[in-house]
Amino acid sequence: MSLPEDYLKYPHRSHGMDHQLYDWSNLFNRRPVTWPDDKSVALWITVALEYFPLTPNDGPFRAPGHMVTPYPDYRTYTTRDYGNRVGVFRIMKVLDVLGLKASTPMSAKTAERYPALLKAVLDRDWEIIGHGVDMNNIHYGGMDAEKEAQQIEDALVMLEKHTGTKPAGWFSPARSESENTLKLLAEHGVSYVCDWVNDDMPYEMSTESGAITAMPHTMELDDRQLMITLGQNEDTYQEQILAAFDLLRSEGKSYGGRILHLSLTPYVIGQPFRIHALRAVLEKIMATDDVWSATGGEILEVWRQRK
Amino acid sequence: MKYDPGLYDYWPYQNRPKIVWPGAKKVAFWVAPNIEFYELNPPANPQRKSWPRPYPDITPYSYRDHGNRVGHWRLMEMMDEFGVRGSISLSVAMCQHHPEIIEACAARKWEFFSHGIYNTRYIYGMDRAQEQSILTDSIKTVEKATGQRIRGYLAPALTHTEHTIDLLAENDFWYSCDLFQDDQPQPLKTKNGKKLVSMPYSLEVNDHYAFNVYGQSARQYADLLKRQFDTLLEEGETSGTVMCIPLHAYLIGRAHRMGPFREVLDYITGHKDDVWVTTAAEIAEFYLNTCYDDALKSIEAAQKEAS
Repeated sequence: MSLPEDYLKYPHRSHGMDHQLYDWSNLFNRRPVTWPDDKSVALWITVALEYFPLTPNDGPFRAPGHMVTPYPDYRTYTTRDYGNRVGVFRIMKVLDVLGLKASTPMSAKTAERYPALLKAVLDRDWEIIGHGVDMNNIHYGGMDAEKEAQQIEDALVMLEKHTGTKPAGWFSPARSESENTLKLLAEHGVSYVCDWVNDDMPYEMSTESGAITAMPHTMELDDRQLMITLGQNEDTYQEQILAAFDLLRSEGKSYGGRILHLSLTPYVIGQPFRIHALRAVLEKIMATDDVWSATGGEILEVWRQRK
Repeated sequence: MKYDPGLYDYWPYQNRPKIVWPGAKKVAFWVAPNIEFYELNPPANPQRKSWPRPYPDITPYSYRDHGNRVGHWRLMEMMDEFGVRGSISLSVAMCQHHPEIIEACAARKWEFFSHGIYNTRYIYGMDRAQEQSILTDSIKTVEKATGQRIRGYLAPALTHTEHTIDLLAENDFWYSCDLFQDDQPQPLKTKNGKKLVSMPYSLEVNDHYAFNVYGQSARQYADLLKRQFDTLLEEGETSGTVMCIPLHAYLIGRAHRMGPFREVLDYITGHKDDVWVTTAAEIAEFYLNTCYDDALKSIEAAQKEAS
């Protein structure tokens, strides 16, 4: 038994990355950024307002959070719906009391179907991030480029129609891209993307159609990742956010401003038994008076001015 | 296929010759950062898929890339603080992709050992000559980049063949981290009779298992490492033990995990009279020179007694 010769050939074995999408760079050797009022940490809260149709249309995989049982999967559909009806309003209440901003990756269908929810979002000046038409519209390797361009176009046009603003940011449903996604997003005037999890700060990516910035929209402290996928409880959730904040804050004093990103899923953190954890952890963080609460777009604007 | 790997005889964890580490220490403590490169688009291995989604599967790829951009630098600085040199489980193509990391580690006199070319090139299905070429490539690549002759091995992604252990002996390696049968080093059986040591590298305390298999929090992981150490220290009174902490910068180097991990390094290195803070190659060298022959006699005696 042996493997084909090509298996022991390494065509990309040279300095830097094995692709052309971005350059390698050491986080600790970069130009420092200064946040407004010299705060050490920018707090970037994202609240996902996703629409999962009862009828998943299967590509190579389903988006995490999508229907699980045979049709009709009422248990999953309604659990997700709980987030958009109830959970998100609990999150809003917590953020309102503390005066915190948020950005929301929003399915265009959420904006279209739930005008009362959209109004609550717009009343708070939350930033809206493109997040596909709905959770059926994922991008994946090998998909038709025209179909993908249409998906992106449809989502951006629908969001602009309902919100009055074209999103500057994009988060691909299921955090999944095809080989053309970044190029297509750049072509559609999207200036930042939330899919990549390799950094704690923004960095520039390049595509054949121009530059796009990667924002550190992480999975590490994601409520769904910690409490659903990994099965942790809300005490552990809080403890880890505070530990991250402490470290980022100390780095912020030595290396320039850092970003604490928290991604919230209304059907997870918005449950009655969990919401207290969000309130408690945000109260502790804000008590330091060393935090700048900002949207993704605002963070990028300041980051671009770094010296 | 073999019913039993045939790499060592059963040798119970009792009445073994007493190991006393240099300086009369009871626990030999080493830290193994896995410094890996994963390819975005590796060739397919017939027995194992690299990424679950079609190319480009950017989420798991960028998740691991975080270690080389961010996590490594945090971990290295923390290990410096406690005077711990790493024994690096290295995807040797890192010498080409990110020589900046290799130079920083070499300047600290960290040890390098081979963890294959890339962690997306598996050994399953290779013939003997192909597997030999991986070892030759590893030895030459690290020697050219650092001047060090590598003496240890951990197969890339823990993928082996029946030839792996014999090839290590033929290529003058001192130790293998591939086998998990013990908390003390011990001789391995090799076809050519050359000495080769099985080096304890516990999977159960690997950060990958803790975080992504068992879903533990940073605090739970820190606590388990302290308990692991306490037991090995107590037993090290009877005969010296080895404690390895196998790490991945893309896991332990996240902002929320560094703080709790710092307490672990502080705790273990604080036991100055009992702990030999060292590298895998130094443990192997000491064991080969001082303990190996006694161990062989003890194993033979245990076999005779059993038969």
